[in-house]
Amino acid sequence: MIDIVILFFVFGLTAGLLRADLKLPSALYESLSLLLLLTIGLKGGEGLAQQALRPLLPQLGLVMLLGVVLTFIAYAVLRYVGRLGRADAASTAAHYGSVSVATYAVGSNWLSTRGIAFEPQLAIFLTVMEVPAIVVGIVIARGIGKDTRWGVLAHESFLGKGVTLLIGGMAIGWAAGPLGLEPIKSLFYDLFKGALALFLLEMGLIVAKQTKELRSRGLFIVIFGVCMPLVSAALGIACGIALNLSAGGTTLLATLAASASYIAVPAAMRLALPEANPGLSLGAVLGVTFPFNILIGIPIYYWLAAKFSG
Amino acid sequence: MTQPHETRSLLTVVTEAAIETSLLRDLDKLGVSGYTVTDARGRGSRGVRDAAWKEAANIRIEVICNRAMAESIVEHLQAHYYANYAMVSFIRDVEVLRPEKF
Repeated sequence: MIDIVILFFVFGLTAGLLRADLKLPSALYESLSLLLLLTIGLKGGEGLAQQALRPLLPQLGLVMLLGVVLTFIAYAVLRYVGRLGRADAASTAAHYGSVSVATYAVGSNWLSTRGIAFEPQLAIFLTVMEVPAIVVGIVIARGIGKDTRWGVLAHESFLGKGVTLLIGGMAIGWAAGPLGLEPIKSLFYDLFKGALALFLLEMGLIVAKQTKELRSRGLFIVIFGVCMPLVSAALGIACGIALNLSAGGTTLLATLAASASYIAVPAAMRLALPEANPGLSLGAVLGVTFPFNILIGIPIYYWLAAKFSG
Repeated sequence: MTQPHETRSLLTVVTEAAIETSLLRDLDKLGVSGYTVTDARGRGSRGVRDAAWKEAANIRIEVICNRAMAESIVEHLQAHYYANYAMVSFIRDVEVLRPEKF
């Protein structure tokens, strides 16, 4: 059965394509994303409070490496198969090497709806996979030159809204533990699905806006937007198996690998590689990859993960 | 009694919200004593910027200063931002009270 939150996405997408007079106030969109990010952090932190943290360090190294490798693969395909310019290819590749919190939220919701467990460190994986691709994308396009303001970029990336809220939520969840979180669970845990549903309604509206951009870009970017997440997910599953994750954890790592950033990376690329066309990357990420992952990708990744992770 | 008033330049810049922090830092460096930032939306050569979400949001920055300062800011914008960002800027004369403020 299709998840109820997905129906909200489809509704938003349809309304957007029909140009219905529908627009969520941007303050609501911001508030919902704040709630989702904090909840993901809290849940991860709560789980981490019940296990030793030290064994996680090598795991973090591996998933960061995964983000770097994905960026290089995406760049090679975009530059040499798609014949994009260097800046456009590097910027788009950085989007694909990084991760999308919304896709992660849909993936974790898909698993929990079916009673499939996943490891709490996936929330940390989400956090650490956001930034490496940004650095790799800039280095590919610019080299490690002085003309990039690394200080400003580091501040934007590490203290951006996403990473800050995830780390803050994890720290609070870790410090409070399951008992301490009890009083606030009704807001963060119980309302998560409702918040995700509204958030996806807005995502549907945003995705609908990308279709015009896509039409002018041609077939290559659409094919890339579907094939790249499949390749990334395969590597994500291999990583999940190497890390000995459960089928649920492997699915979610594959979902992270397959997802492409549409908040942190576009903002960083706008500053660091201004000559790259943001419409091109966002058209692929939002117009193709995001809907592909949440509608079709996640069930495929679970099927593969369950098959291979025994 | 009427208060003394003088002519100053009002510089208006409409551009992408993505570069707000970077632009305001530049203004401070150029020695601007104050500015006003408002959220904006509209349409131009780079398509509709309807502020439906952050990547499509615009801002309008207004600075009141002397003519020379306004022109040097515009020169700076032209050199650093015009090529790659959605940006429009214009200068007009305004009359201000308390001219020592600007």
